[in-house]
Amino acid sequence: MHDTAASRDSVSLALAGSGGAGVMTAGNLLLEAAALAGYCAIMTRTSGPQIRGGEAAAMLRIATFPTDGQDDRVDVLAAIDWQNVQRFAAELPLAAGSVILGDPEQGQVPEVFARSGAQQAQVPLRKLAKGIADGWPNMVALGVLAGLVGLPAEALERALRRSMKKKGLEAGLAAAKLGMAQAAGLPSYALRPAQPRAGQWLVTGNEAAGYGALHAGVRFVAAYPITPATELLEWLPPAIVKVGGAMVQAEDELASINMILGASYGGVPSLTATSGPGLALMTESIGLGVAAEIPIVVVDVMRTGPSTGIATKAEQADLNIALYGMHGDAPHVVLAPNSLADCANATAWAVQIAESLQVPAIVLSDQYFGQARGVVEAPVLPQTIFPRNRATGSDTYKRYAITESGVSPMAIPGTRGTTYTADGLEHNERGLPSSQAADHLAQVEKRARKLAQFDPGEDWATVEGEGDTAILTFGSCTGPAREALARARADGAQARLVSVRLLSPAQPERLKRALQGVKRVLVVEQNHGGQFLRYLRADCELQCETHSLRRPGPLPFRPAEILAALGRLRRRAA
Amino acid sequence: MTRKRPQPKGAYADFMARAYAMELEAVERYAQFAEQLDSHNNRDVAEMFRKLSKVEALHAKRILEEMGWPSVPALPVAFAWETPEAPETAPFESLHYLMQPWHALEIALQCEVQAQRYFEEIAAGKAPKQVREAAAEMAEEEREHVKLIRDWMKKVPKPPADWDRDPDPPRMSE
Amino acid sequence: MNAPLQAAPLTAKEFKSDYKPVWCPGCGDYSVLAAVTKALANLALRPENVAVVSGIGCSSRIPAYTSCYGFHGVHGRSLPAATGLKVARPDLTVLVASGDGDGYSIGGNHFLHACRRNIDLTYIVMDNHVYGMTKGQPSPTTEPDWSSKLAPGGTGLREFHPLVIALASGANFIARAFSGDPNGTAALIEQAVRHPGFSFVEVLSPCVTFRPEQRAWKERARPAPVGPTDDPARAARRLMTDDGFNIGVLYQGKRAPYGVPVAAKHAAPESLAAGFALKEVGA
Ligand SMILES: Cc1ncc(C[n+]2csc(CCOP(=O)(O)OP(=O)(O)O)c2C)c(N)n1
Ligand code: SF4
Ligand SMILES: [Mg+2]
Repeated sequence: MHDTAASRDSVSLALAGSGGAGVMTAGNLLLEAAALAGYCAIMTRTSGPQIRGGEAAAMLRIATFPTDGQDDRVDVLAAIDWQNVQRFAAELPLAAGSVILGDPEQGQVPEVFARSGAQQAQVPLRKLAKGIADGWPNMVALGVLAGLVGLPAEALERALRRSMKKKGLEAGLAAAKLGMAQAAGLPSYALRPAQPRAGQWLVTGNEAAGYGALHAGVRFVAAYPITPATELLEWLPPAIVKVGGAMVQAEDELASINMILGASYGGVPSLTATSGPGLALMTESIGLGVAAEIPIVVVDVMRTGPSTGIATKAEQADLNIALYGMHGDAPHVVLAPNSLADCANATAWAVQIAESLQVPAIVLSDQYFGQARGVVEAPVLPQTIFPRNRATGSDTYKRYAITESGVSPMAIPGTRGTTYTADGLEHNERGLPSSQAADHLAQVEKRARKLAQFDPGEDWATVEGEGDTAILTFGSCTGPAREALARARADGAQARLVSVRLLSPAQPERLKRALQGVKRVLVVEQNHGGQFLRYLRADCELQCETHSLRRPGPLPFRPAEILAALGRLRRRAA
Repeated sequence: MTRKRPQPKGAYADFMARAYAMELEAVERYAQFAEQLDSHNNRDVAEMFRKLSKVEALHAKRILEEMGWPSVPALPVAFAWETPEAPETAPFESLHYLMQPWHALEIALQCEVQAQRYFEEIAAGKAPKQVREAAAEMAEEEREHVKLIRDWMKKVPKPPADWDRDPDPPRMSE
Repeated sequence: MNAPLQAAPLTAKEFKSDYKPVWCPGCGDYSVLAAVTKALANLALRPENVAVVSGIGCSSRIPAYTSCYGFHGVHGRSLPAATGLKVARPDLTVLVASGDGDGYSIGGNHFLHACRRNIDLTYIVMDNHVYGMTKGQPSPTTEPDWSSKLAPGGTGLREFHPLVIALASGANFIARAFSGDPNGTAALIEQAVRHPGFSFVEVLSPCVTFRPEQRAWKERARPAPVGPTDDPARAARRLMTDDGFNIGVLYQGKRAPYGVPVAAKHAAPESLAAGFALKEVGA
């Protein structure tokens, strides 16, 4: 938001420096301090290609209102040193109203930043730190930034006490205090005061997804590490054991997907998490889950593709493979969280749908949600674990019985009288292999019917606002889109937001209703080919003027870009 | 492949139980063969194996009656035969989908000869008298079967040299 | 059949389904099926407590021919599916069935890691040195000079040695069986199931359609001249010099099977949210 100093509702900060400077530690402490003070905040990070060391930056947005998106520009860029920080120029857009803080010992501000017209100021971070026994420049910088945005000193102290080890705490406190004092002489970016709220979480999207999964009953996870899904998998081992589940590290994604199929066949709700390259390896076996009607959940934390792409950055370009990657007619579920907190809800929902329809579900999270840590309202998750439709002993058991709903009771190994073979071969109702046209048709229709008859209720999308213009989007584009609409509204222009959470089965009727009276839509997505637009055209028959705002990763959309596109739309309509 | 011969069991009942097991295995194997050939549309041979299965079943039933066993006897221990399976059990690999009834009889003949030899050896061995006598009786019975099958083979046409010719290549599946 | 096997409450026949195999008459896999059902009967198990997991191939058709719970998955992935099942359901007896293509080629990586992981599974590979299901292409165990349409004149590649690989990768039980001896095969499978950890039974199982010459295997198969060893070094020497036709248990290790960490008491999932809450330490 563009506010004048002292009455800000949002501020964006970046702290950059080389490996060893501790910018992430300082960033996390600042995030916690903001959270404890009652602000909403989100921290993302960027780093150079080096495995260890090298340049890195912690990027924070602190706001008085709930948001998990990025603002248009960085207000304060502080650097402990400037080595190669210019590489992040595209990720750190500065403007005339911004300020660049450097340590005079570290030389000139790089030209790419300087030419933004941002104000420059100097703080001798290193020198000040030296004045304190065991003092560190990142702690001084932390104090400076906290001071600039007007965080209460007490919140900062609590954050330090909460997270720092005894050793170093006193020095940290002293350095932060010294830094805060420095802020007095610098341009202010002070936020409106906030009230600490109960029930807030400080969490990453990956952690939230893991939590949502366990909450919904997942008790088996197979893992093969891949950026940016690794943290989800790493959060799980102690957690899943606590709730009575088990976890296995697989030798590859071909194994992890089949492990969860095996475990779920055994009656235990199961999940794996991966990113694009892993999802590509899994597709054959997800098809097995469709054919054999075995519920599984695959969380795809999308990164920039194709191939290895940019592993540490987000893109919404796995939509096609998630929707259409399977061979054969393979109806399955695809859903996408549309906020950081929704990573928990959407994953829990995926487990529920998978279990109730006996079908694979893919959750399209992305690197932005997955690796961002933010302050969120604790998500409200369903209290009951969805019971799978289980078969009880019967001599005439038909695993794939043709039913009205398409769902047939699933026998769990160990149950007497209902043995059957789960098969990826086309089969008859009993599960025996069949190449009969009639059996194929009956089973294909049964599998399609399960999804066609599924009633997602209001959860299929987030629908907000009114007016004859709408933004249609999904996933992590939702935050900036919402913010763009809020600004449009503030200017007196009404517009709607429809952020689709349930992508497959598509909900054309619901979408039609949500867009009642809408004359033009702007489809916003983060990929080059317009995958979401094509999906909407193919599966939802949009009946209004359709415009597309899209570009590939890795840079996240900023509200101003979306607002500008909306403006162009309106001008064209006028 | 051959196995070590097990320690001969002294008891008459043990011997009879074994003989019974041997017959039952043959009954079951022939029935399986009949099913296999049924599913490969070779009805004639399937029928032949069903008949062979019945012949062996009669033999088995006679043992039960003779021993006055109300049902299946318990075997004292798992035992091994000199041959991989029981002497009268035809090996799985002896089938071919295009085989002819004559082949089925050829397989049966081999089994009967093996069974005959098995009992003859026991009859001539060091087992207790009662066992030797029973073995001799059974050997005689198998000898009759051998003859029966030889006669039978004369009645069915001998397959031509190219009996296994199939102009079509095998099918490809999964 | 009401076989006189009174030790087991169920007979081998009761472990067979009424669904008829599609295998070629004469195929070794029929004996393997007979051996598996016999072993299960001898082990006094019940079909509902046994799962048979397989991939794709003629051999991999076996699950539906049993009366157990079956899982006929995708090509090459039987071991991971079985691993997930066994970890999730340790109460089940899990048999894994595969072929030389399914298990050593497309699923080769899983073979190494299943041996290494040493989960309590019994892995039965029906090795016929050929891809039967796809009409006779060379597999990893095919002789280098075996000519086929796909590799005229032979592959020229030396054969993969599954038993040596299994040993090197950590399998806890290694046996070779021959389908021509279904009873012997049953006994080996029985022992494999009883042995804790990952048990590997390679069954020489002729493909009479694409490798009719394998009917002669019965002349070559013979009991291994010496009993099993628990010494991996000795087993390695023995397996390396083995001509591929020694039948019996060749290695019987003592490694403890894979143990999945389990909590004594299960916490409610909600308790995990404590880690996210914005509370002070100790508050
Ligand atoms: C992903 C995939 N690739 C290829 C195939 C085709 N295919 C089916 S079975 C098979 C080979 C089977 O060989 P093996 O495991 O030795 O089994 P056998 O038929 O000899 O018993 C192949 C290549 C397939 N089903 N799936
Ligand atoms: S093709 Fe070979 S392996 Fe397949 S069923 Fe026939 S004989 Fe057996
Ligand atoms: Mg093979």
